[in-house]
Order: sequence, then C-alpha cells, then structure tokens
Amino acid sequence: MAVKWLPRWFFQLASPRWCYQITGMLIPWFAVVSITLVVLGTIWGLAFAPADYQQGNSFRIIYLHVPAAILAQSFYMLMALAGAIGLIWKMKVADMVAKSVAPIGASLAVLALLTGAIWGKPTWGSWWVWDARLTSMLVLLFLYLGVIALNSAIESETTAGQATAVLSLVGLVNIPIIKYSVEWWNTLHQPASFKLTEKPAMPPEMWVPLLVMVIGFYTLFGLALMLRLRNEILQRERRASWVRDLLSVKA
Amino acid sequence: MNPKRKKRLLIVLFILGGAGTAIGLTLYALSQNINLFYSPTQIAKGEAPLNTRIRAGGMVVDGSVVRDPDSLRVEFAVTDFENSVPIVYSGILPDLFREGQGIVAQGEMDAQGKLQAVEVLAKHDENYMPPEVAEALEKAGKMPKPEGQEFNK
Repeated sequence: MAVKWLPRWFFQLASPRWCYQITGMLIPWFAVVSITLVVLGTIWGLAFAPADYQQGNSFRIIYLHVPAAILAQSFYMLMALAGAIGLIWKMKVADMVAKSVAPIGASLAVLALLTGAIWGKPTWGSWWVWDARLTSMLVLLFLYLGVIALNSAIESETTAGQATAVLSLVGLVNIPIIKYSVEWWNTLHQPASFKLTEKPAMPPEMWVPLLVMVIGFYTLFGLALMLRLRNEILQRERRASWVRDLLSVKA
Repeated sequence: MNPKRKKRLLIVLFILGGAGTAIGLTLYALSQNINLFYSPTQIAKGEAPLNTRIRAGGMVVDGSVVRDPDSLRVEFAVTDFENSVPIVYSGILPDLFREGQGIVAQGEMDAQGKLQAVEVLAKHDENYMPPEVAEALEKAGKMPKPEGQEFNK
C-alpha cells in the first residue's frame, strides 16, 4: 500500500462490510456522548448562561443557530469531499456517504435559516433581508436540495453518485462565500464573533456552552449520518453474502 | 497514484478551479450590487443612485436623534466616521435602535440630501456580553464600538 502511516481500519472503511461493522461499534459511543453534550449544552445555554446586555434572552437562540449553521457547512464540505473521493477512486462507500449526508445537511440549513429568521425579527426588525450572508446560506440549502433531487432522479447508483459529486464540487465555491460574505460586503448580518486570531467577542460564560453545543451537534449528526449510511450500505449490498447472512440471522 | 486516478483527480481540480474562477469573477463584477447598503461616504460621493429606493447604513450619531413630540416622526444622522447622512423616518423603530447603534435604513434621498426612510433595521454587532459587563465597560469608557470600515466596504 502506498500510504503506510495510516492505520489499517482507515483503509477498511472503504469496504462496505467493514464500514458497517466499524460504524456499528462507534454508534453507542456517539449516542452517549452526543446526548450528554446536547442536553448539557441546552440546559447550560438556556438556563445558566447570562442574558445579553442588548438582546436580553433572545440571544439564546445562538445555541441552536450557530451549531446548525456550522454543521450545515461542514456537512456540505464532507459531501463534496466524499463525492471527490468517489469520483477519483471509484469508492462505493464514499458515494454512499455523500448520498446519506445530503438530507441531514439540508435539514441543518433549514434549521439555521429558521432560527436566524426568528432571531432577526426582534433584533433587526425583519424576518428576512436579502443580504449576502442570508442569500448565500439560502443558496446552500438549494444546493442540498439539488443534490437530493439529482440523486433520486438518476436510477443508476454509479451515475447518480458521479452527477451529484460534480454538483457538490461546483457548489463548494459557495462555502467560502458564506464564510466571508460578512467581511467582503456590507451586510445586515454581523461578522463572526469567533476568529482564530482574536479572542472571542463574548465572555466564556456564553461561549463555553456554545462550544459544548457545537461538539454535541457534531456527534449527534455524525451519529445520524452513521445510521443513514448503514441503511444505505445494507440496501446497496443486499445481494452480498454477508448482508444475506446478517439478515437471515436476524430474521 | 495510478494514471487513471491522477487524470480523474485533475478533472476534479479543474471543476473546482473553473467554478471558483467563474463565480469569483461574477461576484467581483457584481460586488457593488451585493452590498446590502450604501455607506454615508458612498452617498456623499454620489455613488448611490438618486430618485430610487436605496439603503443607507451606518452608526446613529450621538446626540443626533430628534423625536417629534406629536407623532412618530424621528430625525437622526448615521455616520461611518467620515461622512454622515441625515435620515427622516415615521414609524416604529426596532428595539435595538439607540445612539451609537448600527442601523440600515431604506428610503429615497430627497432634494435636501435627507434620506426619507420607509424602513429602519437595527444592525447587531458581533459583541455579546452580560449586562453587568456592559455596565462596567461603559463606566470605564471601554465599550467596544464598531469601526468605520464596518460600514464602508
């Protein structure tokens, strides 16, 4: 093998059978960690974090809005990366990951847009403004919907995988646009409160629960992704002997 | 990496590069249209179109807010710390409206160079803090304020 420093299980993930087994072992851990973090973060953020001096309690929607927006973008990058791996190495599992992640990402984009609108009404005075951040986020949702539609429109799994991979790769351009929209243009949406080079524009009492929620969201929706992926694997590999054995044992 | 995969990798990179360049150039050409609002400096320079509805954004100038006692009419000025634009508005202001707050007003410039606004939106900045911290910073005169470039891109 060309790359020797990577562990064996990493290459095994490329095999549907091993991927099914490895995710099966990870799921209970992800379930425990994600539920703990999300419950902790929600209670901490909603009940114990201090109110904001200007927005009062309405700022607490940040504990849903920011994790949802971060994940919607992360999952899009994951979808494009999986699509690229599927295109280049013709790896079945990568296509399955790309297909499984799209509906989750779309739901998160909807959640980010909805919570943003609910926050925008009392804070800005408007549910929706066509500024660069909001519009590029809406484009992200449409890209997800396009990928889902394209996937279900093409019958052949291989062709569908290739077509959606190309669409997700083209749409990847939108990710830096979302990120930098608030810096490049005049927008109503505020710039990021967290930057790598500066200290956060909010005190730790506020951002620690937010960090807990972000990690909680990653594990929770990573879990959702694994569950979807396993279904997808079983469905596509239904003719493989290991799936038949698995199903006959259970039935 | 075998030659076939290398070729496919190049195709993927080409898609990324091509899409990136095309969209980058489009956005660059449209950059002024993407801005949600004009800054007071742009309006002073005459970059904002006249006789049509525009948005102006900036910080509400300290001490500029004059409310009409008999109606909802309010006059104030917004600034990007270089120029300022007077704004007239009749209606309910957002809760966050106050002096020193960033706002975006939509309306038409009149002959006197005032913006006759039909909508005023508050622009929240990226700073979050508990009320006690805000009070302490205010007392010490260290309250973070948006900078001029915030409104002038």
